[in-house]
Amino acid sequence: MIKRCDVLVVGGGLAGLRAALEAQANGLNVVIASKLYPVRSHSGAAQGGINAALANHPEGQNDNPGLHAFDTVKGSDYLADQDAVEIMTAAAPDVIYQLDHWGCPFSRLANGRVAQRPFGGAGFPRTCYGADKTGHYILQTLYEQVIKNHIETLNEWLVISLIVENKTCSGVIAFNLQSGQLEIIEAGAVIVATGGSGRIYGKSSNAFTSTGLGMAIAYRAGVPLKDMEFIQFHPTTIIGKNILMTEGCRGEGGYLVNKNNERFMKKYAPDKMELAPRDIVSRSIQTEINEGLGFTDPAFGGYVYLDIRHLGADKITERLPGVVEICTDFLGINPIKEPIPVQPGQHYTMGGIDTDKDGVTEVQGLYAAGECACVSVHGANRLGGNSLLETLVFGQRAGAHAAQYVAGRAKQKFNESLPDYFLKQQESRLQQLTMGAGPDKIGAGTENPYQIRNELNKTMDALVGIFRTESDLKYALSGIEALKQRFRKIKAPGIFSSFNYHLLWVLELEGNLDVAEAIVKGALARRESRGSHSRRDFPKRDDVHWLKHTLATYTKEGAVLSDRPVTITKFQPQERKY
Amino acid sequence: MLNFHVFRFDPSKDKESRFDRFEVPSLGSGMTVLDGLYYILENLDQTLAFRSSCRAGACGSCAMHISAGGGALGGNGQYRLACNTLIETLIPGAINNNVTGQIMIRPLAHLPVLKDLVVDLTNFFRHYETIKPYLITTASLPDKEFIQSTKQRKKIDKMIDCILCGACYGSCPVAAGRPDYLGPHALLKAARFLFDSRDTADEERIKLVGHNAGAFRCHTIFNCQQVCPKDIDPAGAIARLKMKIILDKLRRFFGRS
Repeated sequence: MIKRCDVLVVGGGLAGLRAALEAQANGLNVVIASKLYPVRSHSGAAQGGINAALANHPEGQNDNPGLHAFDTVKGSDYLADQDAVEIMTAAAPDVIYQLDHWGCPFSRLANGRVAQRPFGGAGFPRTCYGADKTGHYILQTLYEQVIKNHIETLNEWLVISLIVENKTCSGVIAFNLQSGQLEIIEAGAVIVATGGSGRIYGKSSNAFTSTGLGMAIAYRAGVPLKDMEFIQFHPTTIIGKNILMTEGCRGEGGYLVNKNNERFMKKYAPDKMELAPRDIVSRSIQTEINEGLGFTDPAFGGYVYLDIRHLGADKITERLPGVVEICTDFLGINPIKEPIPVQPGQHYTMGGIDTDKDGVTEVQGLYAAGECACVSVHGANRLGGNSLLETLVFGQRAGAHAAQYVAGRAKQKFNESLPDYFLKQQESRLQQLTMGAGPDKIGAGTENPYQIRNELNKTMDALVGIFRTESDLKYALSGIEALKQRFRKIKAPGIFSSFNYHLLWVLELEGNLDVAEAIVKGALARRESRGSHSRRDFPKRDDVHWLKHTLATYTKEGAVLSDRPVTITKFQPQERKY
Repeated sequence: MLNFHVFRFDPSKDKESRFDRFEVPSLGSGMTVLDGLYYILENLDQTLAFRSSCRAGACGSCAMHISAGGGALGGNGQYRLACNTLIETLIPGAINNNVTGQIMIRPLAHLPVLKDLVVDLTNFFRHYETIKPYLITTASLPDKEFIQSTKQRKKIDKMIDCILCGACYGSCPVAAGRPDYLGPHALLKAARFLFDSRDTADEERIKLVGHNAGAFRCHTIFNCQQVCPKDIDPAGAIARLKMKIILDKLRRFFGRS
């Protein structure tokens, strides 16, 4: 049976839920399709907080959205589009108030107002938080509103392809995990809000499900991926599992120390110390490790210590309870008494599906919002606390614009044969993929897809990490090419069965390979160092040649690159010092 | 070496459930039960079905019944998250000292099995939805945030940490016999709003949970509190609910509002 709706939101994290709420508030029939249950989304793992210039904190009374915009642009190493940043920071206070009115349990100051803490690269304590579980609290709050407003959710439906003809999107093909069948969802507009692609890397703080398939399907449908070379490595993930240790640890006063018990950040960012932006702190940690000043674990590699002991048991239990939980559960240590072994890990995809300020893409009726999208408000390096904000501001804007677009069109006439054509196309593609049918005989081979994924992870970790060189990147690119060839020889029996997670992972891997190629090609082309993209062979920022966005367009032969100017309004690029 | 005994059932094919045994090598320090399940899926049996996402104890996807040891399996088990259950904690020596371990894994109880370790959460979420799990306020909204003192905010601490994993529900003997029982997760959520200073719907909320499939169906067995992977105390929250309901009844009886 074909499902129909006005607006289909793909993804049940913060951007998706916020978009859905907005589209529905505009009187439209909205459906959310998520490969998980919405409350399982990775937004819920965000810890430290969400930025808004509320000026609640005693030390932040002179804060305002303009200063928030400046910090964001400087943090982005001037690659963010400044008009978009200004929209975001101006909207931020109302976002927080609305969340509060919806019941979000932010921590409070003594005067009963929403609490704020210092975060990296920010001029004032601006990051609103609920202990160190801010993402969880906001995700629950939005899901509660979705229930209140009776928005239909299709849980455990993996969208695998967009129905696009004549540069217009009219729905999706989805794999219903429970029924094991492919389904058509026709929609006046589709909003992709599927999160980041962190799991292209091995050492990542991201959920296993943050694979970037949403990016891949938009990319294949003709929308460019923008600024993909900018990958954020979070300075502090625990060794081994690389689970996030919130920036809030340092915001509350935590130290980073090397094996000589030295607060090494004084060498790299004497003013801001541990609260320099993430790209700088990650590079500093990696440099310490590379120079033999870190510690070494035989299995998990180099690391330094994140030391929060001096904050005292009371403050740690009150403000960082999740950090205690994670350290206890996964490392068997108590951070009140012992320093935490941490290393940088992939954390965030600054790039993504190319959109404007309203989530609009090059394909009519197709929108994107949140981490999978690139507006761009983060440029070459995102500030901590800005990602949750982005999901809500631009989720809302995408929802509103999509609603307007659908309402403004003549009553949707669905082309009867089009969805069927796309469904059949996907069916035969999956059959080829899984049973060796068709001329390519994919799926009948001997390659284990998980081995291919593991090798992709290792390639990205080793060659496309914090520091990059042309030779490493070239080697990575040829490695990815080889993995793509091997993917055509995978062993993947079975297709239309219930909870076929194997098929899900195979499809995710296929998307990973495309997105990884776009990342590496972008990194190879950009012969400068800016924000998170640090080229050893081109160590300086080069505004003359590279103050521009990278666009990667999908072709059968691979990504083709082009570029676009950066929008500059108030803040002229200057040297970035902290 | 580890022997994983994993519950298997595919309702489209199988008449009865069974346990399959898989030999999983030690994957080194930090190995979790979830790592073992992924090892099976990726190397031994690509039809195995289980849910997971964050692998960090935050999303609630991978709650299941896990027991371990050398002797009689199943007796010492508990509902847990597979992702934050370290093998070394379950079976000391299994990772580094070549102790052979037995690990038995079953799906959450009291919910129909869809496949292997994947259960049907429809009833679980329906109960959650019936208690109106969202803030209700008749107060006029302030221009900025509500003023909530730190003391008021503390009243909902921990209750707000629920990740809806279902471990409490699976462990609850009341839920076993009464599918209409709202369950610890839904009642916890009701308490979370009832005790939130910003919420004004006390009367409605008391009605929603004060019936005989609600708070008073809880027999205060405390399994939920024991198994909760986030150290929340649903039984305690339900006790607070009961008290609130009783006080409300007394007030009505004595004609005071």
